[in-house]
Amino acid sequence: MKRALHACIFFSLLVLIWHLLVRAGVWSPVLLPSPASVARYLYEAASDGTLGQAAIVTIRRLLVGYAIGIVLGLPLGLLTARFKFSEDTVGVLALGLQTLPSVCWVPLALLWFGQTEVALFFVVIMGTLWSVIIATDNGVRHVPPIYVRAASTMGSKHLHTWLKVILPASLPFIVSGMKQGWAFAWRSLMAAEIYVTILSGFGLGHLLHYGRELNAMDQFIGIMLVIIAIGLVTDKMLFAPWERLLHRRWGTGLAQ
Amino acid sequence: MISLERELRILPPAKLSLEGVSKTFVTKRGEIEALENLSLQVKEGEFVCLVGRSGCGKSTLLNIIAGLEKPERGYVLADGRPVTGPGRDRMMMFQDSALFPWLDVIGNVLFGLKLKPNFSRTDRIEVAKFYLRLVGLEQFTHAHIHALSGGMKQRVALARALAPNPKVLLMDEPFASLDALTREQLYLDIQKIWQERKKTIVFVTHNVREAACLGDRVVVFGVHPGGIRAEFIIGLARPRDINSVAVRELRIGYHRRVKGNTD
Repeated sequence: MKRALHACIFFSLLVLIWHLLVRAGVWSPVLLPSPASVARYLYEAASDGTLGQAAIVTIRRLLVGYAIGIVLGLPLGLLTARFKFSEDTVGVLALGLQTLPSVCWVPLALLWFGQTEVALFFVVIMGTLWSVIIATDNGVRHVPPIYVRAASTMGSKHLHTWLKVILPASLPFIVSGMKQGWAFAWRSLMAAEIYVTILSGFGLGHLLHYGRELNAMDQFIGIMLVIIAIGLVTDKMLFAPWERLLHRRWGTGLAQ
Repeated sequence: MISLERELRILPPAKLSLEGVSKTFVTKRGEIEALENLSLQVKEGEFVCLVGRSGCGKSTLLNIIAGLEKPERGYVLADGRPVTGPGRDRMMMFQDSALFPWLDVIGNVLFGLKLKPNFSRTDRIEVAKFYLRLVGLEQFTHAHIHALSGGMKQRVALARALAPNPKVLLMDEPFASLDALTREQLYLDIQKIWQERKKTIVFVTHNVREAACLGDRVVVFGVHPGGIRAEFIIGLARPRDINSVAVRELRIGYHRRVKGNTD
């Protein structure tokens, strides 16, 4: 309760400073709209359905692309950690492509897949896949060998060892890799939606884009806030419980 | 289906014979002979302690008996059958408890039991609880591993090693990182459990007093190349107390006879 109160006071203060800056007239209201006008835009966009519609379109793209990225990335990461051959091939590829900002894939995706959902999924997958592979690979390499030895004395081998020992033992790394993958996916999707008018649905990125085009700064900042809020909520809902569980089990992190 | 009584019954302990076991390790500085042409017989139900300084190959020997490593020459027989890999008849306890942090206490004990075929879920849990009672941790069934003290972790590791009902227990300096008071309690407990459950125990340590306190026989290892230098039969009555005068005298005797020619 106390922590919620702290957060409340902090964010109210931020809005207050913003409001005072606008009132002081340091910048033109065209460049910096007041909190009230942003709130008004958000209220209108929410009540006429545009905001909800766009959010659903965007989140759907994100979830589908992200899920595919993880389903492909986890086994590939296990493979690169297990076999020298895949380490030297897929592993190097993943390391290289991870350094490539995934927005670089947008032009290619458009040429290959046209203005379709597939193009966007592709960009999101490219954002997710490589960091999941690298995190999984890294996690497996950090598993203390004694776990595997102990398991083998108890009769565990091959697939059983991989599923019941190596995979859970590398979970702390895998979860942080998934978190990073999520952040990359979110960024690349926004970039793609800003640059590309996709005929198959208007996402949050498009609203951002039109806000800029139409000089509607209240829309622009409003959508930015929505994007931040979605990022925060997913972190708190998707990853925080996992991280708490891992900290509890492994006894890591500074307990509050 | 295996019945519970059958599963928890006391099995006859195994006999171990090692013949001409050799093992070398390749390092950056060349080959290191860890063990050379080593032979050792361990009787059914015997408590044997292997003592020596680090690098003498005693842990390597334990790994070879466990089937975790293969000797270059020679062989190990457990109850007359050659050891070709890890087996549930020979369970191992490590210095670092090697418990799995993603499982709770009973989850760790159940790990090996789940790999035993023809075992119902309820029976597995009964067996796990039986061993947790044996090591005195029935209160901590669902505790997280990291929340346990070092001594409790080694108790869980002991329960985990005992749970598949092995005939041989291999212990690699299991108490080395514990504080003195915890260790002393565990010396008494392990002797009691050994007598109750009738296991053959091979116990590796660098602590001579510990070896004299626990072992029926103490086997002294030397380095370069690793091998047996001396053997002592310890005939003291059990349970033995590490602080007893008799154990202390044994240690002094050991130092007189062995020191100077172990390396």
